[in-house]
Amino acid sequence: MAGNVWIVGIHMTKFGRHPTLDTVDLGTEAIRGALADAGLRMRDVGLLAAGNLMGGGGSFGQRLQKQVGQTGIPVFNVANACATGATALRVAVMAIRAGETEVGLAVGAEKLSGAGLLAGGTRAEEGDRWSREGRYGAVAALDGRVGTETMPGVFAQIGMEYGHRYGGTSFELFARISEKNHAHSTLNPLAAYQKRFTLKQIMNDVMIAYPNTRPMCSANCDGGAAVVVVSDSKLRTLPIEQQRRAVKISASVLTSDPWQDGCQILPDINTLTRAAAEQAYEQAGVDPEDLDLVELHDCFATAELVHYDNLKLCPQGGAVDFFNSGATWRDGTTPVNVSGGLESKGHPIAATGIANVWEVVTHLRGEAGHRQITDARVGLAHVIGLGNACGVHILEKAVA
Amino acid sequence: MAWCGGRVSAHRVPLVDYLILEGEPHLVAHECLACGARYFDRRNGCAACEGAEFRDVDVATEGELRAFTIVSSAAAGVPVPFVAGVIDCGGTAVRGNVVNIPADPEHVVLGMKVRLTTGSIGTDAAGVEAVGYGFEPAD
Repeated sequence: MAGNVWIVGIHMTKFGRHPTLDTVDLGTEAIRGALADAGLRMRDVGLLAAGNLMGGGGSFGQRLQKQVGQTGIPVFNVANACATGATALRVAVMAIRAGETEVGLAVGAEKLSGAGLLAGGTRAEEGDRWSREGRYGAVAALDGRVGTETMPGVFAQIGMEYGHRYGGTSFELFARISEKNHAHSTLNPLAAYQKRFTLKQIMNDVMIAYPNTRPMCSANCDGGAAVVVVSDSKLRTLPIEQQRRAVKISASVLTSDPWQDGCQILPDINTLTRAAAEQAYEQAGVDPEDLDLVELHDCFATAELVHYDNLKLCPQGGAVDFFNSGATWRDGTTPVNVSGGLESKGHPIAATGIANVWEVVTHLRGEAGHRQITDARVGLAHVIGLGNACGVHILEKAVA
Repeated sequence: MAWCGGRVSAHRVPLVDYLILEGEPHLVAHECLACGARYFDRRNGCAACEGAEFRDVDVATEGELRAFTIVSSAAAGVPVPFVAGVIDCGGTAVRGNVVNIPADPEHVVLGMKVRLTTGSIGTDAAGVEAVGYGFEPAD
């Protein structure tokens, strides 16, 4: 087993509307920011892992190299739904663990503002005769006729299913989770939205898929994030100030979902997240109660609730009590999504996984300004991509 | 969509392969011979046990609503609001709309008993009707 892997440079752009910037601009800004933060240059980097999901091109990393430096290094273009950014980081970590390079760079960027509702499958215009298509032999589009394929609807059902199994959920409870995250976002200058909503405003806003109203859904926006990771031996060659700001990646885990009864009908985002969390705690030698902050994948308020449970922040079935205790507010025992989360910080898909890591790293370095979690030493970053993929990273402040 | 409880028509086709209209309308699943895992789509193999052989089995037409959402915002052309749900039909999870009930959380309740019903999707240029399915309250 190779030695530790360290984050020495990380950057995220402001999330939001960037009408004049494309994904290459956003990725470039993120890479330059991360390299400057690390005190390194492209010529020091031995591997680039690049994520972009909706841009349509298969060579996003190479397009970025043309702006930041074509040095001939291997490029891995990765796509893993909303876990794309975390997967890029995972690739860079693997390369260092494997001894392939001493410096890896991972980046994710996405243009998503104004994207509207993201549905699952779509079907071309129907002809004037019924004809069978696809694996269900359908003669017409199934979205709306056989349940829903929209993300707010799928994740609404996941939250409702949790409530059915364990009890205690309500429209208001889910809305209060959103209230927390929007309140947190007021302290984050890089968040797409920094507006505090009252519970009443959230509940009375436009209903998307009950119980998720508009502010309870992740905000589609533009953004980029990048991270520079290095080996132990490389870290020792860096200036002492860089070593002091380095953050240890104590666990880097990626899972997909094992087969479960019913998982083909309603995606099971629970089993693979629990597996990722268990592996990560084991790898890091850290317990959930050691965590000073958590950035988890609140793509919808209903999703945040189930992930309290999946990440073992509470006993199984105890997510409602855990939230009601106030634990997940920034002054609670386990602050969750102090960045504002995907609901208010925003969700530029491929950037999100690295942006969640950025938030945790910034607190561990003591550089989070007004929203700093005091004396943060250990944090967890989580993302999930429907399909499914789950990334969990546990990060620890350097002891140097 | 008009919900008509499996009305017989001269020329009609089911919305999906796994909806059987003949006799009492019902759903049919592909069940893995080796492990019993059930699927509704065309299969190459079993995700649970890697088996490659399946048999067709009838799925219970009555079940319990395990999860739902009321979709108010959907892709263009999809009428809203509608109730999307996951129904436990005798141990088999089924995706479907909950129909013949007001689309509000006062009427749609987790755990409610529902039963399969069918309804017309429309008629094509040759006069062939497509028939879909949903679940209506059983009580």
